[in-house]
Amino acid sequence: MTELIQGETGTWEMVIGLEIHAQVTSNSKLFSGAATAFGASPNSQVSLVDAAMPGMLPVINEYCVEQAVRTGLALNAKINLTSVFERKNYFYADLPQGYQISQFETPIVGEGSIEIDLADGSTKTVEIERLHLEQDAGKSLHDQHPSKSYVDLNRSGNALMEIVSKPDLRSADEVASYVSKIRAILRYLGSCDGNMDEGSMRCDVNLSIRRPNDELGTRTEIKNMNSIRFIKQAIAYEASRQIDIIESGDKVVQETRLFDTVTGETRSMRSKEDANDYRYFPDPDLLPLVIEQSFVDAINDNMPELPDEKKHRYINDYGMNAYDASVLIAEKSRAEYFEIVVKNRDAKLATNWLTTELLGALKKAEKDIEDSPVSAEQLGGLIELISNNTISGRIAKEVFAEMFETSADAITIVEEKGLKQVTDTGAIEAIVDEVLADNPDKIEQYKSGKDKLFGFFVGQVMKKSQGKANPAMVNQLLQDKLK
Amino acid sequence: MSIDTETVEKIARLARIKVTDTEKEKYSKELNNIIEWIEMLKDVDTDGIEPLTSVVDMTLYMREDEITDGNIQEKVLMNAPETAEGFFVVPKVLE
Repeated sequence: MTELIQGETGTWEMVIGLEIHAQVTSNSKLFSGAATAFGASPNSQVSLVDAAMPGMLPVINEYCVEQAVRTGLALNAKINLTSVFERKNYFYADLPQGYQISQFETPIVGEGSIEIDLADGSTKTVEIERLHLEQDAGKSLHDQHPSKSYVDLNRSGNALMEIVSKPDLRSADEVASYVSKIRAILRYLGSCDGNMDEGSMRCDVNLSIRRPNDELGTRTEIKNMNSIRFIKQAIAYEASRQIDIIESGDKVVQETRLFDTVTGETRSMRSKEDANDYRYFPDPDLLPLVIEQSFVDAINDNMPELPDEKKHRYINDYGMNAYDASVLIAEKSRAEYFEIVVKNRDAKLATNWLTTELLGALKKAEKDIEDSPVSAEQLGGLIELISNNTISGRIAKEVFAEMFETSADAITIVEEKGLKQVTDTGAIEAIVDEVLADNPDKIEQYKSGKDKLFGFFVGQVMKKSQGKANPAMVNQLLQDKLK
Repeated sequence: MSIDTETVEKIARLARIKVTDTEKEKYSKELNNIIEWIEMLKDVDTDGIEPLTSVVDMTLYMREDEITDGNIQEKVLMNAPETAEGFFVVPKVLE
């Protein structure tokens, strides 16, 4: 859905492409045997290779190559059997080599595409330009000392997959949906943990504006975004900044910008015009990376079911609507939970109870589904009680609230509290008769044409039975008796 | 291709090397000599020949994903002019 922005001089559309940096879930670094775990004490996970000591040579980690290929296959992309590592030269305090080993002309993964889910349940195809492997830089802390920066090289040399999209995105919501889908794919694969808080997935946003369907405008790049909420804010700010510039007769300068999370604004980061002259050349320390087709095939034979495959299967097998399906597949843990709940149980009930009741309660309690007080088996148990008419849907909500509170099984709560639905015709009939006897005037009115009063009778019977009477049976009995 | 003094200045800046005006002149001449010499290679017909990426008949060796290194903070920091609490300390580099 292209979202048009109204400016002073007419409408504008934004054109956005993304570079996502995803840290590979490897134990050790891309070119050294040092550990990659997050949160270790500074410079403790640094080898002499990562510290760029003279004479040290990089040796590539096979697992990282494998994960890049798996991720490429999941992005429906072309795998390049020969790819080349190059040096990207620039100076920064947290880059001890003075260059980053990356892939430039020949990345390991070429063009592909994924499907993103939009709010109205429709989908859009987003083309992927490439995926390449590269080293991460170290980390600088600027808030430890008034005039010094502190450098920790633990992150230096971690394996990153940089996933570059084509400029196919047209709104902040599309970008959010794209980032979520990439994150879901990575997590389903397990090739990256997708943890944006710890920086294992970061994102650069390339944005320009233009008149709808006109030529591309000059873009700016907003670096290092690590939250979807901030990405949306940054896009909104940057688009309106560019529109203001163009509408006042100036030109947008192609540059790198940073998003300030405090002010909600973007500001210029590098001003020197030759800052981006990286002088790439093939790294003489590394031979071209050559993999066999059989290596790729073996990976392809062991791919897990991916988010979109799951989504289509849910729609086809369970008759689910596209929106519910996209909610359920958005998180791997959510889909796993659903698949336990739905096993041998009513799919529609399972879907509704998961997407509305459970997710609603979890959100309210600020909990992840992994920490749900109600396990998937327990929710399944509750659904069975509804399916076999042990309890009504209304009572089920009460039971669920109690389950969420105490983590008890549904059947235990139902038995302890005597919530079993009354399906004994005699018992229900007795209540129906009681209600009718109490309301002779209402019966008169009903019989003289006030059909709406039927609901009143149902309500009274349900109330008298404390919600336990089977609603279908109550309806049937009332209909018979009021004829 | 020729390297004028402006180009010398630019590549010196990219490499963080300070050059004086006299040096710029000198390097411009030297670099031009080298490039002219290398340009002789253009006379060789290379149509249809695959680029040579290595002189040894080897592909890239891959290692297992195992932790075999690190935990040498002291060694890593040994040459640093300034350190604190396990960090390298450098002049402030805020952009």
